[in-house]
Amino acid sequence: MISAQDLIEKITSAATCDDCIVVVKDKTQANLRWAGSTLTTNGVIQERSVTVIAFVSVDGGMASGGLTRTDVKLADIPKLLEDAVTAAKAAGAAEDFAPLATNTSIGDWAAPHVPTGPEVFSTFAPALGDMFSRSVADSIELFGYAEHTHETTWIGSKGGLRLRKDTPVGRVEMTGKSHERTRSTWNGVETRDFKDVSVASIDAQIRQRLEWQGRKVDLPAGRYDTVLPSGSVADLFTYMMWVSAARDAFEGQSVFSKKGGGTRVGEKLSNVGLQFFSDPDYKQLPASNFVATAVSSPFSSVFDNGQPIKRVDWFKDGVLEALIQTRASASLTKLDFTPIGENAIMSVDGGAGRLEDLVKKVENGLLLTTFWYIRMVDPNSLLLTGLTRDGVYHVKGGEVVGATNNFRWNDSPVSALNRILHAGATEWTQPREWAGDMSNMATPPLVIKDFNMSTVSPGS
Amino acid sequence: MNKNIDSDFLALPLATVSDAAITTAQGAGASHVDVRIERTRTGLLSLRDAKPETQSDETIAGLGVRVIVNGAWGFASSPEISIDVARKLALTAVAMAKTSKPLSTELVSLVTEPVYANQLWVSEYEIDPFTISDSDKKDRLAQLSNELLKTEIVNHTSAHAMYVKEQKHYADSYGTSTTQQRVRMQTQIEAISIGAGGFESMRTLAQPAGFGWEWMGNKHWNWDAEIAELPTLLAEKVASPSVEPGRYDVLVHPSNLWLTIHESIGHATELDRAIGYEANYAGTSFATPDKLNTLKYGSSLMNVTGDRNTAHGLSTVGFDDEGVAAQQWDIIKDGVLVGYQLDRRIAARVNRDRSNGCAFADSPAHVPIQRMPNVSLAANPTGPTYDEMVSSMEDGIIIKGDKSWSIDMQRYNFQFTGQQFHRVKNGKIVGQLKDVAYQATTTDFWGSMKVVGGPSTYVLGGAFNCGKAQPGQIAAVSHGCPAAIFDKVNILNTVAEAGK
Repeated sequence: MISAQDLIEKITSAATCDDCIVVVKDKTQANLRWAGSTLTTNGVIQERSVTVIAFVSVDGGMASGGLTRTDVKLADIPKLLEDAVTAAKAAGAAEDFAPLATNTSIGDWAAPHVPTGPEVFSTFAPALGDMFSRSVADSIELFGYAEHTHETTWIGSKGGLRLRKDTPVGRVEMTGKSHERTRSTWNGVETRDFKDVSVASIDAQIRQRLEWQGRKVDLPAGRYDTVLPSGSVADLFTYMMWVSAARDAFEGQSVFSKKGGGTRVGEKLSNVGLQFFSDPDYKQLPASNFVATAVSSPFSSVFDNGQPIKRVDWFKDGVLEALIQTRASASLTKLDFTPIGENAIMSVDGGAGRLEDLVKKVENGLLLTTFWYIRMVDPNSLLLTGLTRDGVYHVKGGEVVGATNNFRWNDSPVSALNRILHAGATEWTQPREWAGDMSNMATPPLVIKDFNMSTVSPGS
Repeated sequence: MNKNIDSDFLALPLATVSDAAITTAQGAGASHVDVRIERTRTGLLSLRDAKPETQSDETIAGLGVRVIVNGAWGFASSPEISIDVARKLALTAVAMAKTSKPLSTELVSLVTEPVYANQLWVSEYEIDPFTISDSDKKDRLAQLSNELLKTEIVNHTSAHAMYVKEQKHYADSYGTSTTQQRVRMQTQIEAISIGAGGFESMRTLAQPAGFGWEWMGNKHWNWDAEIAELPTLLAEKVASPSVEPGRYDVLVHPSNLWLTIHESIGHATELDRAIGYEANYAGTSFATPDKLNTLKYGSSLMNVTGDRNTAHGLSTVGFDDEGVAAQQWDIIKDGVLVGYQLDRRIAARVNRDRSNGCAFADSPAHVPIQRMPNVSLAANPTGPTYDEMVSSMEDGIIIKGDKSWSIDMQRYNFQFTGQQFHRVKNGKIVGQLKDVAYQATTTDFWGSMKVVGGPSTYVLGGAFNCGKAQPGQIAAVSHGCPAAIFDKVNILNTVAEAGK
């Protein structure tokens, strides 16, 4: 297979349109999946995508059109360019036009992609096998997934962009069930290389939570002060970011739309000193410092490829400071250009301690393990619905007194921002539902006042 | 009807590449080998206020090799399709199986299936959407959007069309060799009205299906008629009262009921889920195998089938991704659970003789797993028309179109909203409602089904984006159903749920 760099040089030098951006992604992955304490599937995966974006002057402005293919050979290039130009002309003058970046180099352009493979599991897999053996001996069933992915992205253009970024990321998810599957719990760990994954720690947490479920307490639906682990906070606020496009808000189609027109930027939406930001220089969660996108959408523009990404404060001291912008939407909304970042960090002023420390502060409430099946019900208030999953615990007098039933909940993350009772320390975390979409989040565990548990769910 | 597989796909070295992988893997110790050479092209066009916002045209192609060695799986894939790569992947897959063996306490075996050599199959469509120019596609969406935008009530529109052509060659070490081509389309157009109190929207009810670009004419779905009435319906919704929560008789239109079927029956009767294979991710099921032939799933009016051969069905194929021929079977008969969805491995795991053909992988980079067939609720052959059903309701709500959906990990507790909610009193529609969601437990809901509509109410609905497995896979699936009336369903007010 031709190298990504060579392919980009060949395509951009053959392009006769006004400009041409080529995005090549080489991805390798190794994965293991298990159920009932035995491996069920595995894989060694190699993928490539080559996106060619043609920029063409047309009546009224500049048009863009793109095509993405897998294994592009040199002979395919003329047709690929011709089709991209045709797509651009069909689209007509682009609403998201902004001048293209040129002559910029970031990253080690020439270095090849370093593939990951099953060897990344060399210490994890034997430890997992030991955990399987111990769990079988103790009548615990394990279900889970481990994945390590390395993706390299190159962006080159006729105008002189030569950008490269590497994203190695991995995760382990573990569900433990016992007592004829009447008890169930979950633990998730993010990692870069699996060297820091402690299977013993996962095992200990699974066992502790299963033991907590020895005493069952039935609770009715209602509003409860609720301890959300950092992963649940990440799930909730990932969804909020997905509806944070500035143009949607400006045009009245979002929870961040101001009544009467404009956006709610500048409005204090949290009762605490909440900070929520993206920052490519955040030490624990390094992220790309330039825009890289193969398609335009409400969140991104192909015209913005190569634009710098700096720290963006989405919320500062509880005040909504920014929404996700393209340069075109920034011009429309007359706000700063604040592109979406590849990480998201939340902290609360004064927040300290771990989940267990927050439990001690709750007089009568719930401790959750994870959220599941989160969907939007009402975009006006960003009312979401979802379920609790793999362990809900009744907290009384600052202690877990037993496990209770699952609930269907209906609540809004935007509303929840204004009902924060306590916060722990910010930690690198794994969302449950959106683990495959968002791997770069650091959030604190939070206690939310009066979280709306709408009905009891018999699921376990 | 197009009955030909594209010549450039057939021109790939399908047989020689798959033979190389099979021979190499067998030589390295594999007792089973299956190979997929795939090419899937997906087009997406999104217009915002009748102007292009997102355009993409993506082809994913490659080669996947799966083996069984000493009862353990191994899998490897590459975007390159060549004999050399096939041999390399075969050896990598065998090595992966051997490495995995210490973690695999369950010996994998597959049920048998007759051998089908050199089979070709093409889905029922007329016009390959990729033969239509981007300009023509954009113009059709823009024309429909502009019809909405010229009305006073509509401030913004959003229009999306997604079109897919999937080509797949499958070969295995038993001698089966199939080559198939499927086409599908999904188009949704939404009208948005901005008011002092917020915004309200309404989307077209047209369903995705196994059609080509002919879907966008008015022959199979009357787009022009639906767009013409949408502003009036939206205006009525904007002015409508917020629903009073409580229990109501509900007439669920097929444009909404398909999703309830998908979530509460389709996923619940996947046998891999029911025995725990998805316990970490998609979840399990309350409909466990010990309840087969005894579980009262719903009222005696309830008859549900699984199939992979409904015309224009999104899950319809000639053969599945394990070389099993398409079939149809009962899942629920007279309200009782009688069947499951199977692939060859799961069928062997529960001592069945044959798979019913539900294996599918969404890309060459992913392993085939048990995925949902078309799961459909049968119409009552002598059942009422839609108008007769409305007339029969004394006091209730009609729900049309899907919107929000959520169900728990065992498929018990669900909550759905919709696009349109019409209030019925004394057999007449008296206006719309807003802020409606319905919430129920699966067996209670289906147990309350008291009227099943006749064949004239039957519609094939479905989804492009059904998710399952890790790494995550997406599948398209259809659900046919008639309109049906349910007794005393719990209706929520979504504004009240938000605490306002």
